[in-house]
This record gives sequence, C-alpha cells and structure tokens, in this order.
Amino acid sequence: MTLAQTPPVAAAARGHHDTGERVRLTPTAGVSLGVAVIWLSVLVLLPLAAVVARGTGHGWNEFWHVVSSRGALDAIRLTVISSLIVAVVNAAMGTLIAWVLVRDRFFGRRLLEIAIDIPFALPTIVAGLVMLTLYGKGGPLGLDLYATRPGVVLALLFVTLPFVVRTVQPVLMALDRDVEEAAASLGAGPLVVFRRVVLPSITPAIASGAALAFGRAMGEYGSVILIAGGLPRTTVASQYVYGQIQDGYLADAASVSTVLLVISIVVLSSLGIFHRRQVRRG
Amino acid sequence: MGIEAVGISKRFGDFVALESVDLHVETGRLTALLGPSGGGKSTLLRIIGGLDDPDEGSVHIDGLEATGVPPQRRNVGFVFQHYAAFKHLSVYRNVAFGLEIRKRPKAEIRQRVHELLELVHLEQFADRLPSQLSGGQRQRMALARALAVQPRVLLLDEPFGALDTMVRKELRDWLRRLHDEMHVTTVFVTHDQEEALEVSDELVVINHGRIEQVGTPTELYDNPDNEFVMGFLGPVTRLGPQLVRPHDIEVFLTPEPGAVEASVTRLQRIGFEVRAELATPDSTPWVQLNRGQAEALKLQVGARVWLRAARDASTLRAAG
Repeated sequence: MTLAQTPPVAAAARGHHDTGERVRLTPTAGVSLGVAVIWLSVLVLLPLAAVVARGTGHGWNEFWHVVSSRGALDAIRLTVISSLIVAVVNAAMGTLIAWVLVRDRFFGRRLLEIAIDIPFALPTIVAGLVMLTLYGKGGPLGLDLYATRPGVVLALLFVTLPFVVRTVQPVLMALDRDVEEAAASLGAGPLVVFRRVVLPSITPAIASGAALAFGRAMGEYGSVILIAGGLPRTTVASQYVYGQIQDGYLADAASVSTVLLVISIVVLSSLGIFHRRQVRRG
Repeated sequence: MGIEAVGISKRFGDFVALESVDLHVETGRLTALLGPSGGGKSTLLRIIGGLDDPDEGSVHIDGLEATGVPPQRRNVGFVFQHYAAFKHLSVYRNVAFGLEIRKRPKAEIRQRVHELLELVHLEQFADRLPSQLSGGQRQRMALARALAVQPRVLLLDEPFGALDTMVRKELRDWLRRLHDEMHVTTVFVTHDQEEALEVSDELVVINHGRIEQVGTPTELYDNPDNEFVMGFLGPVTRLGPQLVRPHDIEVFLTPEPGAVEASVTRLQRIGFEVRAELATPDSTPWVQLNRGQAEALKLQVGARVWLRAARDASTLRAAG
C-alpha cells in the first residue's frame, strides 16, 4: 500500500518546476496523460484522499487527541525509526551486494542473483514465520529476537532487501570501467576511486532504492507481526491501525494512517529532491 | 631509460594477446604502436600503464621496476578512446583530480589547472560539465587531466578513434606540436597508418601479438621487413614476382630494359590521382599516377605499355 505512494509524490514534486506557460499537448500525449491521471486517481489518490478525509473528519481536536495517544505515538515512532534504519542499512548493504553481483565472478553467483528476489516472491506472513523460527526463542542460531525492536528491524530488512540491489545493479553494470581506470592512473587508490568516481554515479540509484525500501517498511505488516509478538513496545503502526479497525475505531485508524502518510510524503520527497540534485550534476 | 618492456606475454583464455614482446621506448620520444585491431597493441599499452598485468615479462619505467605496481603508483598519464571523463565534475575539477588526490595546496592546483586549460584551449570552459563539451574538447580535457600530474610517460589508447575526420586531423597536428613543446615520453596506440606516419618519431608495428618491425616512419615505409608491414603502411601491388608500391612503378610507351609488357584494363580518376589497372602475362598490377603523368602518356583502356619498378623503389619478393 505504502509502496504505491512513491509515483504521485515524485510526480507532484516534479510538476512544480513549471514556468506557468501553457503547453499545448499533442493528441497522443493528451490521451496518455489522461489515462495516467485517471489510473493514479483511481488507484492511489482517491483512496488516500478518503483516508485523510476520514481521519480528519472529526475536527482537529479529536484528530490530535487520537494521534497523540501513547499507543499511537509509540507505534508511529517505532515504525518511522525502524524504517529509517532499514533505509540506511539497505543503502549500504544493497550497494555492497549489487557491487559483488556486478563486479565479481564467483561460484554460485547465479544462485545469489535469484535469492535476492525471494523476499519479494515469498508471502510476507511466510517470511514472518521463517524469521520467527530462525531468530525467535529457541531458534537454531541461539538468538532471541522475539518481541524485540531489533526483531522488527530484522523482519523489515528481509522484505526490503531487493530494492537497493535492483536499483543500483543496472547502473553499476552501465558504468564505464575506463573512468575508474583513469582515476587510478591519476593516483587514486581503490577506496578513493569508489568514493570519488563510482559513488557519485550510483548515488541517485541508491537514493531511489532506499526510498522504496523506506516506503515498504513504513507499511509492512505481514512479515513483522509474528516476530513483533503484539506487545505494546513492539507494535508497528500497521499493526496498531489493524488493531483499531478490529476494535471498530475506523476513524482513529484513519487518523493514524494520515500521520503515516504525511511522514512518508516528507521523507520520500526529500529523497526525491536529493536524487534530482544528483541527476542534474551527473 | 624511457620504457623498457621485456618478454611480455599475455593471454585472455585461449586468445594470445601478446607473445614475448620486447619494447624499448626512448625518453622524450613520441612512439606509435600501430597494427590491426585485436593485434595486441592496446594490451601492451595497458600493461605499461598498469591497467593489465602481464602473464610473463617485466616493465621498467625510467629505470624503475613497474611490474606489478598498481596504476596509481606508476605516475603515468593515460588517455582513453572514449575520454573517460568524470561526468559529475566540472572541466576544472576533472583536470584538478590528480592534484587534489596528491593533496597539493589549493593555490598551486588553481595555477596549474589554469595553465593546462590554456594549453588545451579550454580556459573558457572551466566551469562546464564534460557533457557540455564536444568530443574533441573532451579529449583535450582528458589530455590536460593526464598531464596535470606531470607523468613520467603519457599513454594514449586510440585517442582520436572516436572523433570525426576533421577534428581528428586537427588534434593530431596539435598533439605533435604539444609534444614538441613538452617532450614527455609518449606512446600512442592507433590502427590508422596515416596518423602513425604523420605524428610519430618512431613506429612499432604489432600484429598477432608480436612486434613485426620497429623504426622511424620513413624507414618503415621505405624498407619494410615483410609483406605485412609493407601492406599496412601503404598501398602495395604486385608486378610479376615483386611487391611494389603503385606510385613506384614507371610506365613507358616503348620497350625498356627490365620492363614487362602490359595492357591497360581500367582507368579511374580520383581527384588529382589517376589509377590505372593493367594486366601483364603473370600479374594484374595497378599504378598510381598524377593527372599530368597520365595525360603525357595519353593512357587509354586497351593501350599497350611497359612497366618497371623505379630504381630506388622499395620492393619485396612476393611469397608464392
């Protein structure tokens, strides 16, 4: 659900650069724009507007009262902080994995290539079950992350792994090796080459991958609930919202969702601005 | 001194790129590695620059062991066919790159970069991004970038290969003049014989992973060791048992000592040049004449003439 928020946010931010001049669209461009807008409206904008309308329908006092309750605040804080951690860890690890896949030739590379996408293919509840079995109480690794915040982050890391890998990989493949060789012949060691030549070229891809991972983590439900265990201190926002729906507090659920939506928009658009600045330089 | 590469061999899987090649490049010379693509010349250049490691053999640059030394510690300037520009950095920062890595004082960097940009006529483009430059300008930027670190040797891999003919010619002249001013030991790889003959002090012809011949452009053009070198450096035709350059064949209207009889089968004018295709009893040579010569001989298709290699012509016995 949260994943689908990315396109309109980016599109809206881009649109603000218009100079105000009226541009005449060709018939084809007009039709495709029309279809895109209707599609996005039906799938994304209308449902989101409905959530916001429902969430704020009781007036600001009521809205504020709901979202500033202890449970809501804790859930939102845990979700946002975990998602930020997930985005940062993914940016680093995803880039590393993409690098290994593109640059190194080793036995089992093909297998690893397929394994990357498994978190996408697996039903999230199954992923959650696997996480619980492996890293829960009495798991084979001797770790007990059941009902802990690291457990939540771990589950989120699992389901968001492919994003950065898959956005960075094609960019890395398209990089000209002679640029790195030029830097080396000018005196740059491998680390300097990476930091000053490779990283600037792949930063936009890392940023979009991290944004996708963040978005997915903000809305993730299935993979987290089992290992989170349902205790108040490990309740993520989606779980909190679900709980409220089950208890019949639909308007309250919508209010908390509205807050999540606003935070997502802020984070994604700031990553988008960063991305565009990089693209303009590159 | 200069570059000393001894016994260099390099394989890529089953493909033999270089087979025990010895190369000596004197300090301050401009040397061209010339040969067909896939002949090993780029591989040899990359081995000198440390971008590839040889399977066997050693490289010394200015008397210092360079074999196995990574490129960043060889102090060589490398220029690539496709410019290898740092796309995210301005022209100024591209040129400053090597100096910034060496942590030179800002003022020194600024002065040196401006000197170099002036040298390559890019002063007014300092703040542009490489994507805003033409191909020729990008390559000049790449050259300035390589020269900024005052390399012991400058290595250029098909530096003009991606440029169109006009720019190519201009840059070629310019490289020659630049070299005459700077005297940095330079090796450049090309598959274009005209470029090699025009620019270089010394030519190294490489084919099938071996050096075929080394010498000045004149030596190689006039006294090729073998058919390959002769054919690669200029046009060759066969007159009887001899291989000879088409402009080195004398045409007579009457029998002469040593001349063989031939008949003209085709005449073709290309600007000022006239190409006459002929037939002798055992060969079908072609002769390159200028317009004046062709008119004086009143050459026509079917005409009977006598052909002989000029006295000072370089000739080789045709194999087979």
